[in-house]
Amino acid sequence: MKLNLTKVVNGCRLGKIKNLGKTGDCTMDIPGCLLYTKAGSAPHLTHHTLHKIHGVPAMAQLTLSSLAEHYEVLAEYKEGVGKFIGMPESLLYCSLHDPVSPCPAGYVTNKSVSVWGVGGRVEMTASKFMAIQQALQPDWFQCISDGEATCNEATSIKRARKSVDRSLLFLDNCLKLQEESEVLQKSSIIGVIEGGDVTEERLRSARETAKRPVGGFLLDGFQGNPATLETRLHLLSSVTAELPEDKPRLICGVSRPDEVLECIERGVDLFESFFPYQVTERGCALTFSFDYQPNPEETLLQQNGTQEEIKYVDQTKKSKTTSCNQEMTSFEINLKEKKYQEDFSPLVRGCSCYCCKNHTRAYIHHLLVTNELLAGVLLMMHNFEHYFGFFHSIREALKSDRLAQLKDLICRQAS
Amino acid sequence: MQGPELIQKAQGLHGFMNWPHNLLTDSGGFQMVSLVSLSEVTEEGVRFRSPYDGDETLLSPERSVEIQNALGSDIIMQLDDVVSSTVTGPRVEEAMYRSIRWLDRCIAAHRRPDKQNLFAIIQGGLDADLRATCLEEMTKRDVPGFAIGGLSGGESKGEFWRMVALSTSRLPKDKPRYLMGVGYATDLVVCVALGCDMFDCVFPTRTARFGSALVPTGNLQLKKKQYEKDFRPIDPECDCPTCQKHSRAFLHTLLHSDNTAALHHLTIHNIAYQLRLMSAVRASIVEKRFPAFVRDFMSTMYGDPTLCPTWATEALASVGITLG
Repeated sequence: MKLNLTKVVNGCRLGKIKNLGKTGDCTMDIPGCLLYTKAGSAPHLTHHTLHKIHGVPAMAQLTLSSLAEHYEVLAEYKEGVGKFIGMPESLLYCSLHDPVSPCPAGYVTNKSVSVWGVGGRVEMTASKFMAIQQALQPDWFQCISDGEATCNEATSIKRARKSVDRSLLFLDNCLKLQEESEVLQKSSIIGVIEGGDVTEERLRSARETAKRPVGGFLLDGFQGNPATLETRLHLLSSVTAELPEDKPRLICGVSRPDEVLECIERGVDLFESFFPYQVTERGCALTFSFDYQPNPEETLLQQNGTQEEIKYVDQTKKSKTTSCNQEMTSFEINLKEKKYQEDFSPLVRGCSCYCCKNHTRAYIHHLLVTNELLAGVLLMMHNFEHYFGFFHSIREALKSDRLAQLKDLICRQAS
Repeated sequence: MQGPELIQKAQGLHGFMNWPHNLLTDSGGFQMVSLVSLSEVTEEGVRFRSPYDGDETLLSPERSVEIQNALGSDIIMQLDDVVSSTVTGPRVEEAMYRSIRWLDRCIAAHRRPDKQNLFAIIQGGLDADLRATCLEEMTKRDVPGFAIGGLSGGESKGEFWRMVALSTSRLPKDKPRYLMGVGYATDLVVCVALGCDMFDCVFPTRTARFGSALVPTGNLQLKKKQYEKDFRPIDPECDCPTCQKHSRAFLHTLLHSDNTAALHHLTIHNIAYQLRLMSAVRASIVEKRFPAFVRDFMSTMYGDPTLCPTWATEALASVGITLG
């Protein structure tokens, strides 16, 4: 694996990670995102429908929480989780938890970490964890770590220190076990940076983890609601400054477009793509614009009101509070709303996804109202494609030094 | 805006769904009666309360055809007076005669006979005389096709096949015979033998959503533990995308998660199974080996001929197909 940086501008890294995969010939672009999956499959999508989406990332994220309890099956299968789930050509990253359903806290010990599957809690020592990874054989996997320093309101220095100590111990144990495993020679352990909100501990975690032969770094504990991320951004910069340039930096629990940009500016390379899934689950479609250089004709049309206006939300505007879409953002529209009943335009004009090329807002509205499963399929296809398109535009903007314009555009649409 | 008007604005159901193939719509009669508790049938039509907004509506033969005209489906069904096959007595006779009168009203109200094919629905319950009367009367009307209705409810299979056979024997040979609500693989094969052409059923997709995959020997309840480590596809002979890419074990895992992809994998497989079955039926008829096909199908499904359901054996015997 080799990370080549094309350029670094204002803290943002643009580049490619090469020589990935079992055969060593896969490439990933950074900044980029990973395909979000549930139980080894993109939500709502079969292999066939997934491949109708343009721009699907080269690497998919699997969650140990959905796979740990199937350890025996995978061990007997022997050929690795990629083949088991029907994605043998995809690069695979195995995270501990599912970013969408955070697990109960209080179960990390000095010797073990737990994940929650359908059947309940699965406790893993370093040995058990590595045995599971041997059965999975992913390309990258997050090392077990103590991510609970930020679980309570005020992190004590003591708790933050413990999270760093434990995580380093887990890492060293797992690295040792990896050495002894032939099957895991082609897999990379991703070291996890912990330390809560205590700067000293964060820096210690970064420096110490960087000393180990990890394939990359996961920045854990920066997730939360938009407010919590904002307060941690400064900490994020300090942490990434301590990390080597030639290894990828992943962050978990951050997926909103505005937050993604903030993190890229602070040295983060890879993100999870669960945000489009959450949007889908609330019957919404991503409509935010990432066209930071609209052509003059389009601008004219917009000014004449022919196109749907980009929603610029005032700082003082109240957020939507209808019961089922409390968390709805200004990056999306809610197709359940009555006003879409007769709207025969596509979700987003000009979008090249299967849903926008073949169906209308009115049809999606109807599917949602009648509780048809097809609604989820079509919305997921659109939302993923839109989101992957956003990441493409980030890379293009960085290439042409226009990230400021893109950021401005996104921030104006954030609520 | 009301439903049909909205659909018209969307260029009919084909436009609304963006479906370039054929569409068949039912009259709404069965759904209203079976799915709504407060409905009342009069000569006028079916009066019912909407489960969505509590409003009272009258679904008359005229209104049903009007709606279907707006939807623009290729085959439309008459509004019939639907009575459960387990009901006996004068209600059955009343419903049969009323269905004939409603057929005439539907024909009169149909505004697009050149574009949409209105099918009659033979009623009469499980009473041979009533059904015969209905057949005699309805076949006097010049409709493009006939459905056999009032069956595939709670009746015994013995009575079911006899009514199907009676119906097909008195329907014209040069018009499609559409058996509504059928069904399971065995029922499809037997009813083809009895002279039916077209079928509809929620079974394959509904059973898929419950984790059941259809195979030539019956079905696999993939949620069960026995499939946990079964690394074979659902059916090694099946060429559907699910069987090409996935194992029973993976589907078992996926079915125990909340990812709807599992349901889609099975739905696709079950539809493929149904289509392949009917395609095989057609090929065997064209190649003049249908009886052999039936014997083969039944032995795969049931093993020994003595294990075939009695009704199926009898029904097939009635048209000269003997098993084993």
